[in-house]
Amino acid sequence: MEKLKTENVNVYYGSNHVIKNVSLSIQHNTVTAFIGPSGCGKSTFLRLINRMNDYIEGFRKTGDILIDGEDIYDRKVRVEELRKKVGMVFQKPNPFPKTIYENVIYGLRIQGINRKSILDEVVERSLKRAALWDEVKDNLDKSALELSGGQQQRVCIARALAVEPSIILMDEPASALDPISTAKIEGLIYELKKLYTIIIVTHNMQQAGRVSDNTAFFYLGELIEYNETTTIFTNPKATLTQNYITGRFG
Amino acid sequence: MTHLDEELYRLKSEIISMWNLVIHQLQKTQVALISLDKDLAREVIANERRVNGMELKIDRDCENIIALFNPVAIDLRFVLAILKTNNNLERTGDIANGIAKYITNLDVPLEENLLEVTQIHLMYKEAIDMLKDVLEAFEKEDAKLARKIFIRDEKLDTINLKASKLVADFIRGNPDKIEQGIYIISAIHKLERVGDQCKNIAEEIIFFIEAKVLKHTSGKK
Repeated sequence: MEKLKTENVNVYYGSNHVIKNVSLSIQHNTVTAFIGPSGCGKSTFLRLINRMNDYIEGFRKTGDILIDGEDIYDRKVRVEELRKKVGMVFQKPNPFPKTIYENVIYGLRIQGINRKSILDEVVERSLKRAALWDEVKDNLDKSALELSGGQQQRVCIARALAVEPSIILMDEPASALDPISTAKIEGLIYELKKLYTIIIVTHNMQQAGRVSDNTAFFYLGELIEYNETTTIFTNPKATLTQNYITGRFG
Repeated sequence: MTHLDEELYRLKSEIISMWNLVIHQLQKTQVALISLDKDLAREVIANERRVNGMELKIDRDCENIIALFNPVAIDLRFVLAILKTNNNLERTGDIANGIAKYITNLDVPLEENLLEVTQIHLMYKEAIDMLKDVLEAFEKEDAKLARKIFIRDEKLDTINLKASKLVADFIRGNPDKIEQGIYIISAIHKLERVGDQCKNIAEEIIFFIEAKVLKHTSGKK
Protein backbone atom coordinates (compact mmCIF):
# COMPACT_ATOMS: atom_id res chain seq x y z
CA MET A 1 0.00 0.00 0.00
CA GLU A 2 1.38 3.37 -0.99
CA LYS A 3 1.82 5.55 2.09
CA LEU A 4 3.70 8.54 0.77
CA LYS A 5 4.00 9.96 -2.68
CA THR A 6 5.83 13.02 -3.87
CA GLU A 7 5.39 14.43 -7.34
CA ASN A 8 7.82 16.85 -8.95
CA VAL A 9 8.69 18.47 -5.65
CA ASN A 10 10.91 21.55 -5.73
CA VAL A 11 12.00 23.55 -2.72
CA TYR A 12 13.54 27.00 -2.71
CA TYR A 13 15.02 29.00 0.14
CA GLY A 14 14.86 32.44 -1.44
CA SER A 15 16.70 32.06 -4.73
CA ASN A 16 18.44 28.89 -3.59
CA HIS A 17 16.95 25.84 -5.33
CA VAL A 18 17.55 23.09 -2.76
CA ILE A 19 15.22 20.27 -3.88
CA LYS A 20 14.94 19.66 -7.60
CA ASN A 21 11.95 17.91 -9.05
CA VAL A 22 11.87 14.94 -6.70
CA SER A 23 9.23 12.27 -7.27
CA LEU A 24 9.11 9.08 -5.25
CA SER A 25 6.70 6.64 -3.71
CA ILE A 26 7.04 4.95 -0.33
CA GLN A 27 5.06 1.88 0.67
CA HIS A 28 3.53 1.33 4.10
CA ASN A 29 5.44 -0.85 6.60
CA THR A 30 8.77 -0.21 4.98
CA VAL A 31 11.95 1.53 6.05
CA THR A 32 13.38 3.99 3.56
CA ALA A 33 16.84 5.47 4.00
CA PHE A 34 17.77 8.87 2.59
CA ILE A 35 21.51 9.10 1.97
CA GLY A 36 23.77 11.67 0.41
CA PRO A 37 26.53 14.11 1.28
CA SER A 38 25.92 17.05 3.61
CA GLY A 39 23.84 19.72 1.95
CA CYS A 40 22.34 17.36 -0.64
CA GLY A 41 18.80 18.12 0.53
CA LYS A 42 17.93 14.85 2.25
CA SER A 43 17.05 16.46 5.60
CA THR A 44 15.15 19.26 3.89
CA PHE A 45 13.19 16.64 1.97
CA LEU A 46 12.52 14.66 5.17
CA ARG A 47 11.28 17.78 6.93
CA LEU A 48 8.85 18.49 4.10
CA ILE A 49 6.94 15.42 5.18
CA ASN A 50 5.83 16.96 8.48
CA ARG A 51 6.04 20.54 7.24
CA MET A 52 8.92 21.54 9.45
CA ASN A 53 10.33 23.83 6.76
CA ASP A 54 7.21 26.00 6.65
CA TYR A 55 8.56 28.63 8.99
CA ILE A 56 12.02 28.91 7.45
CA GLU A 57 12.45 32.32 5.87
CA GLY A 58 12.18 32.27 2.11
CA PHE A 59 10.83 28.69 2.01
CA ARG A 60 8.81 27.93 -1.07
CA LYS A 61 7.64 24.59 -2.42
CA THR A 62 6.13 23.42 -5.68
CA GLY A 63 4.84 19.96 -6.52
CA ASP A 64 2.73 17.63 -4.39
CA ILE A 65 3.35 15.60 -1.26
CA LEU A 66 0.61 13.09 -0.59
CA ILE A 67 0.12 10.93 2.50
CA ASP A 68 -2.54 8.27 2.04
CA GLY A 69 -3.46 10.08 -1.15
CA GLU A 70 -4.05 13.46 0.53
CA ASP A 71 -2.03 16.57 -0.18
CA ILE A 72 -0.45 17.54 3.15
CA TYR A 73 0.18 21.08 1.92
CA ASP A 74 -3.48 21.62 1.17
CA ARG A 75 -4.88 24.73 2.89
CA LYS A 76 -7.40 22.64 4.79
CA VAL A 77 -4.69 20.57 6.47
CA ARG A 78 -3.88 21.62 10.04
CA VAL A 79 -0.20 21.20 10.75
CA GLU A 80 -0.84 19.93 14.31
CA GLU A 81 -3.06 17.19 12.92
CA LEU A 82 -0.43 16.29 10.32
CA ARG A 83 2.24 15.98 13.00
CA LYS A 84 0.09 13.54 14.92
CA LYS A 85 0.26 11.36 11.85
CA VAL A 86 3.93 12.03 11.15
CA GLY A 87 6.25 11.67 14.14
CA MET A 88 9.82 12.89 14.18
CA VAL A 89 12.96 11.75 15.95
CA PHE A 90 16.02 13.99 15.79
CA GLN A 91 19.76 13.46 15.69
CA LYS A 92 20.38 14.41 19.30
CA PRO A 93 18.05 13.02 21.93
CA ASN A 94 15.92 15.97 23.05
CA PRO A 95 13.81 14.89 26.02
CA PHE A 96 12.10 17.66 27.92
CA PRO A 97 13.33 18.40 31.45
CA LYS A 98 10.45 16.41 32.83
CA THR A 99 9.84 12.91 34.08
CA ILE A 100 9.98 9.95 31.73
CA TYR A 101 6.21 9.63 32.12
CA GLU A 102 5.51 13.27 31.27
CA ASN A 103 7.85 13.14 28.30
CA VAL A 104 5.98 10.22 26.76
CA ILE A 105 2.53 11.76 27.19
CA TYR A 106 3.55 15.27 26.24
CA GLY A 107 1.67 15.15 22.96
CA LEU A 108 -1.45 13.80 24.63
CA ARG A 109 -1.41 16.54 27.26
CA ILE A 110 -1.31 19.11 24.45
CA GLN A 111 -4.34 17.41 22.96
CA GLY A 112 -6.09 17.84 26.33
CA ILE A 113 -6.08 14.18 27.28
CA ASN A 114 -5.64 13.93 31.02
CA ARG A 115 -7.41 10.77 32.14
CA LYS A 116 -4.82 8.81 34.09
CA SER A 117 -5.95 5.36 32.96
CA ILE A 118 -5.53 6.38 29.31
CA LEU A 119 -2.19 8.06 29.94
CA ASP A 120 -0.86 5.05 31.89
CA GLU A 121 -1.85 2.75 29.08
CA VAL A 122 -0.22 4.96 26.44
CA VAL A 123 2.99 5.27 28.48
CA GLU A 124 3.30 1.51 28.88
CA ARG A 125 2.44 0.75 25.27
CA SER A 126 4.75 3.43 23.85
CA LEU A 127 7.69 2.53 26.06
CA LYS A 128 7.23 -1.14 25.23
CA ARG A 129 7.21 -0.35 21.51
CA ALA A 130 10.31 1.78 22.01
CA ALA A 131 11.98 -1.20 23.75
CA LEU A 132 12.51 0.83 26.91
CA TRP A 133 9.74 -0.34 29.24
CA ASP A 134 11.72 -3.05 31.02
CA GLU A 135 14.54 -0.62 31.75
CA VAL A 136 12.43 2.25 33.16
CA LYS A 137 9.09 0.83 34.33
CA ASP A 138 10.02 1.25 38.00
CA ASN A 139 11.41 4.76 37.51
CA LEU A 140 8.81 6.54 35.45
CA ASP A 141 8.98 9.54 37.77
CA LYS A 142 12.68 9.92 37.20
CA SER A 143 13.82 12.84 35.06
CA ALA A 144 14.36 11.75 31.47
CA LEU A 145 17.56 13.77 31.51
CA GLU A 146 19.08 11.29 33.95
CA LEU A 147 18.90 8.50 31.40
CA SER A 148 21.76 7.48 29.10
CA GLY A 149 21.88 8.94 25.59
CA GLY A 150 20.50 5.75 24.05
CA GLN A 151 17.68 5.60 26.59
CA GLN A 152 16.89 9.28 26.05
CA GLN A 153 16.60 8.64 22.33
CA ARG A 154 14.20 5.79 22.99
CA VAL A 155 12.15 8.09 25.25
CA CYS A 156 11.93 10.46 22.28
CA ILE A 157 10.82 7.57 20.07
CA ALA A 158 8.21 6.60 22.69
CA ARG A 159 7.05 10.23 22.78
CA ALA A 160 6.65 10.16 19.00
CA LEU A 161 4.77 6.84 19.15
CA ALA A 162 2.41 8.01 21.91
CA VAL A 163 0.33 10.12 19.53
CA GLU A 164 -0.21 7.10 17.24
CA PRO A 165 1.51 8.31 14.08
CA SER A 166 1.59 6.20 10.96
CA ILE A 167 4.87 7.62 9.64
CA ILE A 168 8.01 8.13 11.68
CA LEU A 169 10.74 10.39 10.38
CA MET A 170 14.20 9.89 11.83
CA ASP A 171 16.97 12.37 11.17
CA GLU A 172 20.23 10.54 11.96
CA PRO A 173 18.68 9.00 15.07
CA ALA A 174 21.76 7.07 16.14
CA SER A 175 24.63 9.30 15.06
CA ALA A 176 25.18 10.61 18.61
CA LEU A 177 24.94 7.16 20.21
CA ASP A 178 27.43 4.45 21.14
CA PRO A 179 27.42 1.12 19.21
CA ILE A 180 25.25 -0.70 21.77
CA SER A 181 22.61 2.04 21.81
CA THR A 182 22.85 2.24 18.01
CA ALA A 183 22.19 -1.49 17.74
CA LYS A 184 19.15 -1.08 20.00
CA ILE A 185 17.76 1.75 17.89
CA GLU A 186 18.37 -0.24 14.71
CA GLY A 187 16.67 -3.30 16.22
CA LEU A 188 13.81 -1.06 17.20
CA ILE A 189 13.46 0.35 13.69
CA TYR A 190 13.25 -3.21 12.39
CA GLU A 191 10.45 -3.99 14.87
CA LEU A 192 8.59 -0.71 14.37
CA LYS A 193 8.28 -1.11 10.63
CA LYS A 194 5.67 -3.80 11.26
CA LEU A 195 3.40 -1.02 12.55
CA TYR A 196 4.69 2.13 10.91
CA THR A 197 6.27 3.56 7.79
CA ILE A 198 9.75 4.76 8.66
CA ILE A 199 11.98 7.18 6.81
CA ILE A 200 15.49 7.63 8.10
CA VAL A 201 18.22 10.07 7.13
CA THR A 202 21.62 8.59 7.80
CA HIS A 203 25.23 9.27 6.97
CA ASN A 204 26.15 5.77 7.98
CA MET A 205 26.13 3.61 4.86
CA GLN A 206 26.22 0.36 6.81
CA GLN A 207 23.30 1.52 8.90
CA ALA A 208 21.30 2.27 5.76
CA GLY A 209 22.18 -1.23 4.55
CA ARG A 210 21.19 -2.85 7.83
CA VAL A 211 17.89 -1.13 8.53
CA SER A 212 16.26 -0.10 5.28
CA ASP A 213 14.25 -1.82 2.58
CA ASN A 214 14.74 0.98 0.07
CA THR A 215 17.35 3.68 -0.28
CA ALA A 216 17.19 7.08 -1.93
CA PHE A 217 20.44 8.78 -2.85
CA PHE A 218 20.32 12.58 -3.05
CA TYR A 219 22.96 14.83 -4.54
CA LEU A 220 22.79 18.61 -4.94
CA GLY A 221 19.05 18.55 -4.36
CA GLU A 222 18.35 15.87 -6.94
CA LEU A 223 17.17 12.34 -6.32
CA ILE A 224 19.88 10.49 -8.21
CA GLU A 225 18.77 6.95 -7.52
CA TYR A 226 15.96 5.29 -5.60
CA ASN A 227 15.86 1.54 -5.42
CA GLU A 228 15.83 -1.48 -3.18
CA THR A 229 18.64 -1.19 -0.65
CA THR A 230 20.18 -4.47 -1.78
CA THR A 231 20.43 -3.13 -5.33
CA ILE A 232 21.85 0.22 -4.22
CA PHE A 233 24.57 -1.47 -2.19
CA THR A 234 25.44 -4.27 -4.58
CA ASN A 235 24.85 -2.89 -8.04
CA PRO A 236 23.88 0.79 -8.11
CA LYS A 237 22.87 2.01 -11.54
CA ALA A 238 24.23 5.55 -11.35
CA THR A 239 27.97 6.21 -11.27
CA LEU A 240 27.37 9.01 -8.75
CA THR A 241 25.68 6.56 -6.38
CA GLN A 242 28.49 4.07 -6.76
CA ASN A 243 31.13 6.74 -6.13
CA TYR A 244 29.29 7.94 -3.04
CA ILE A 245 28.64 4.60 -1.37
CA THR A 246 32.15 3.33 -2.10
CA GLY A 247 33.66 6.50 -0.66
CA ARG A 248 35.15 7.72 -3.95
CA PHE A 249 33.13 10.84 -4.11
CA GLY A 250 34.21 13.89 -6.05
CA MET B 1 43.91 6.59 -3.51
CA THR B 2 41.78 5.74 -0.47
CA HIS B 3 42.90 3.25 2.16
CA LEU B 4 40.40 0.75 0.77
CA ASP B 5 41.77 1.32 -2.76
CA GLU B 6 45.24 0.51 -1.49
CA GLU B 7 44.04 -2.68 0.17
CA LEU B 8 42.19 -3.76 -2.98
CA TYR B 9 45.26 -2.99 -5.07
CA ARG B 10 47.39 -5.09 -2.74
CA LEU B 11 44.88 -7.92 -2.93
CA LYS B 12 44.95 -7.75 -6.71
CA SER B 13 48.75 -7.93 -6.73
CA GLU B 14 48.70 -10.92 -4.40
CA ILE B 15 46.30 -12.92 -6.53
CA ILE B 16 48.23 -12.07 -9.70
CA SER B 17 51.38 -13.47 -8.04
CA MET B 18 49.52 -16.62 -7.12
CA TRP B 19 48.14 -16.86 -10.64
CA ASN B 20 51.64 -16.65 -12.14
CA LEU B 21 52.92 -19.26 -9.71
CA VAL B 22 50.11 -21.64 -10.67
CA ILE B 23 50.82 -21.09 -14.38
CA HIS B 24 54.51 -21.90 -13.79
CA GLN B 25 53.55 -24.98 -11.81
CA LEU B 26 51.51 -26.28 -14.71
CA GLN B 27 54.22 -25.40 -17.26
CA LYS B 28 56.79 -27.29 -15.20
CA THR B 29 54.67 -30.43 -15.12
CA GLN B 30 54.50 -30.33 -18.91
CA VAL B 31 58.29 -30.17 -19.19
CA ALA B 32 58.71 -32.82 -16.49
CA LEU B 33 56.22 -35.10 -18.23
CA ILE B 34 57.98 -34.97 -21.59
CA SER B 35 61.47 -35.51 -20.27
CA LEU B 36 60.52 -37.53 -17.20
CA ASP B 37 62.29 -34.95 -15.09
CA LYS B 38 61.48 -36.20 -11.61
CA ASP B 39 63.45 -33.42 -9.93
CA LEU B 40 61.32 -30.83 -11.66
CA ALA B 41 58.20 -32.77 -10.66
CA ARG B 42 59.40 -32.76 -7.04
CA GLU B 43 59.94 -29.00 -7.30
CA VAL B 44 56.29 -28.65 -8.32
CA ILE B 45 55.24 -30.76 -5.34
CA ALA B 46 57.37 -28.64 -3.00
CA ASN B 47 55.96 -25.42 -4.44
CA GLU B 48 52.43 -26.59 -3.79
CA ARG B 49 52.95 -25.45 -0.20
CA ARG B 50 53.60 -21.94 -1.48
CA VAL B 51 50.36 -22.03 -3.46
CA ASN B 52 48.48 -23.17 -0.35
CA GLY B 53 50.14 -20.48 1.74
CA MET B 54 49.12 -17.83 -0.77
CA GLU B 55 45.56 -19.12 -0.76
CA LEU B 56 45.38 -18.81 3.03
CA LYS B 57 46.86 -15.32 2.96
CA ILE B 58 44.42 -14.09 0.30
CA ASP B 59 41.48 -15.65 2.19
CA ARG B 60 42.56 -13.87 5.35
CA ASP B 61 43.05 -10.56 3.52
CA CYS B 62 39.56 -10.79 1.98
CA GLU B 63 38.08 -11.51 5.39
CA ASN B 64 39.90 -8.53 6.88
CA ILE B 65 38.79 -6.18 4.11
CA ILE B 66 35.16 -7.23 4.53
CA ALA B 67 35.34 -6.88 8.31
CA LEU B 68 37.23 -3.61 8.42
CA PHE B 69 36.08 -1.71 5.35
CA ASN B 70 32.57 -3.04 4.70
CA PRO B 71 33.01 -2.78 0.93
CA VAL B 72 29.90 -2.33 -1.19
CA ALA B 73 28.93 -2.45 -4.86
CA ILE B 74 31.88 -2.96 -7.23
CA ASP B 75 34.34 -3.18 -4.30
CA LEU B 76 32.31 -5.92 -2.65
CA ARG B 77 31.97 -7.80 -5.94
CA PHE B 78 35.72 -7.51 -6.44
CA VAL B 79 36.49 -9.01 -3.03
CA LEU B 80 33.93 -11.79 -3.52
CA ALA B 81 35.35 -12.54 -6.98
CA ILE B 82 38.87 -12.69 -5.54
CA LEU B 83 37.72 -15.08 -2.81
CA LYS B 84 36.30 -17.49 -5.36
CA THR B 85 39.11 -17.05 -7.88
CA ASN B 86 41.55 -17.78 -5.07
CA ASN B 87 39.82 -21.09 -4.54
CA ASN B 88 39.84 -21.88 -8.26
CA LEU B 89 43.56 -21.12 -8.51
CA GLU B 90 44.35 -23.27 -5.51
CA ARG B 91 42.53 -26.16 -7.15
CA THR B 92 44.47 -25.54 -10.34
CA GLY B 93 47.61 -25.72 -8.22
CA ASP B 94 46.34 -29.05 -6.86
CA ILE B 95 45.99 -30.29 -10.44
CA ALA B 96 49.63 -29.47 -11.19
CA ASN B 97 50.63 -31.13 -7.94
CA GLY B 98 48.62 -34.25 -8.82
CA ILE B 99 50.23 -34.55 -12.26
CA ALA B 100 53.67 -34.03 -10.69
CA LYS B 101 52.99 -36.95 -8.34
CA TYR B 102 52.14 -39.19 -11.31
CA ILE B 103 55.44 -38.20 -12.90
CA THR B 104 57.42 -39.16 -9.80
CA ASN B 105 55.77 -42.58 -9.97
CA LEU B 106 56.72 -43.22 -13.61
CA ASP B 107 59.68 -45.53 -14.24
CA VAL B 108 60.15 -44.80 -17.93
CA PRO B 109 59.19 -41.79 -20.07
CA LEU B 110 55.73 -41.88 -21.63
CA GLU B 111 55.66 -43.26 -25.18
CA GLU B 112 56.06 -40.56 -27.83
CA ASN B 113 53.17 -41.87 -29.86
CA LEU B 114 50.91 -41.99 -26.79
CA LEU B 115 51.65 -38.33 -26.10
CA GLU B 116 50.93 -37.54 -29.72
CA VAL B 117 47.66 -39.40 -30.27
CA THR B 118 46.14 -38.19 -27.01
CA GLN B 119 47.04 -34.58 -27.91
CA ILE B 120 48.16 -33.92 -24.35
CA HIS B 121 50.57 -31.22 -25.55
CA LEU B 122 47.72 -29.40 -27.24
CA MET B 123 45.74 -29.77 -24.06
CA TYR B 124 48.57 -28.32 -22.03
CA LYS B 125 48.89 -25.41 -24.45
CA GLU B 126 45.18 -24.69 -24.32
CA ALA B 127 44.99 -24.98 -20.54
CA ILE B 128 48.00 -22.73 -19.96
CA ASP B 129 46.84 -20.21 -22.57
CA MET B 130 43.41 -20.13 -20.97
CA LEU B 131 44.95 -19.46 -17.57
CA LYS B 132 47.04 -16.64 -19.07
CA ASP B 133 44.12 -15.13 -20.96
CA VAL B 134 41.79 -15.23 -18.02
CA LEU B 135 44.54 -13.54 -16.02
CA GLU B 136 44.80 -10.85 -18.70
CA ALA B 137 41.00 -10.40 -18.59
CA PHE B 138 41.25 -9.97 -14.82
CA GLU B 139 44.16 -7.53 -14.95
CA LYS B 140 42.57 -5.42 -17.66
CA GLU B 141 39.05 -5.86 -16.26
CA ASP B 142 37.99 -7.01 -19.72
CA ALA B 143 34.66 -8.85 -19.62
CA LYS B 144 34.76 -9.44 -23.39
CA LEU B 145 38.02 -11.34 -23.12
CA ALA B 146 36.66 -13.29 -20.14
CA ARG B 147 33.67 -14.38 -22.23
CA LYS B 148 35.98 -15.92 -24.86
CA ILE B 149 37.10 -18.47 -22.27
CA PHE B 150 33.77 -20.30 -22.34
CA ILE B 151 34.15 -21.48 -25.93
CA ARG B 152 37.76 -22.47 -25.47
CA ASP B 153 36.87 -24.76 -22.61
CA GLU B 154 34.95 -26.86 -25.12
CA LYS B 155 38.19 -27.65 -26.92
CA LEU B 156 39.60 -29.25 -23.79
CA ASP B 157 36.37 -31.14 -23.25
CA THR B 158 36.57 -32.58 -26.77
CA ILE B 159 40.17 -33.81 -26.36
CA ASN B 160 39.28 -35.26 -22.98
CA LEU B 161 36.28 -37.12 -24.41
CA LYS B 162 38.30 -38.66 -27.24
CA ALA B 163 41.18 -39.59 -24.95
CA SER B 164 39.44 -42.47 -23.18
CA LYS B 165 38.98 -44.44 -26.40
CA LEU B 166 42.49 -43.62 -27.65
CA VAL B 167 44.09 -44.71 -24.39
CA ALA B 168 41.97 -47.87 -24.31
CA ASP B 169 43.22 -48.69 -27.84
CA PHE B 170 46.81 -48.04 -26.71
CA ILE B 171 46.44 -50.35 -23.72
CA ARG B 172 44.92 -53.09 -25.88
CA GLY B 173 47.88 -52.79 -28.25
CA ASN B 174 50.44 -52.51 -25.45
CA PRO B 175 49.25 -54.64 -22.54
CA ASP B 176 52.67 -54.35 -20.93
CA LYS B 177 52.28 -50.56 -20.74
CA ILE B 178 48.98 -50.34 -18.88
CA GLU B 179 50.54 -48.09 -16.26
CA GLN B 180 51.47 -45.51 -18.91
CA GLY B 181 47.90 -45.49 -20.18
CA ILE B 182 46.50 -45.00 -16.70
CA TYR B 183 48.85 -42.13 -15.90
CA ILE B 184 48.23 -40.27 -19.13
CA ILE B 185 44.45 -40.58 -18.97
CA SER B 186 44.57 -39.39 -15.37
CA ALA B 187 46.69 -36.40 -16.39
CA ILE B 188 44.32 -35.62 -19.27
CA HIS B 189 41.31 -35.70 -16.96
CA LYS B 190 43.11 -33.33 -14.62
CA LEU B 191 43.98 -30.93 -17.44
CA GLU B 192 40.37 -30.91 -18.50
CA ARG B 193 39.56 -29.64 -15.01
CA VAL B 194 41.91 -26.67 -15.55
CA GLY B 195 39.49 -25.53 -18.25
CA ASP B 196 36.62 -25.76 -15.76
CA GLN B 197 38.53 -23.67 -13.24
CA CYS B 198 39.29 -21.05 -15.91
CA LYS B 199 35.62 -20.97 -16.84
CA ASN B 200 34.66 -20.43 -13.19
CA ILE B 201 37.19 -17.62 -12.91
CA ALA B 202 35.87 -16.01 -16.10
CA GLU B 203 32.38 -16.07 -14.54
CA GLU B 204 33.73 -14.32 -11.46
CA ILE B 205 35.42 -11.65 -13.58
CA ILE B 206 32.16 -10.93 -15.38
CA PHE B 207 30.31 -10.85 -12.05
CA PHE B 208 32.83 -8.37 -10.70
CA ILE B 209 32.76 -6.09 -13.75
CA GLU B 210 29.14 -6.32 -14.86
CA ALA B 211 27.33 -7.57 -11.73
CA LYS B 212 25.94 -10.43 -13.81
CA VAL B 213 25.72 -13.93 -12.42
CA LEU B 214 26.52 -16.46 -15.15
CA LYS B 215 26.70 -19.59 -13.02
CA HIS B 216 24.29 -22.32 -14.03
CA THR B 217 23.18 -20.36 -17.09
CA SER B 218 24.76 -22.41 -19.86
CA GLY B 219 23.87 -21.11 -23.27
CA LYS B 220 23.10 -17.58 -22.03
CA LYS B 221 26.65 -16.40 -21.53
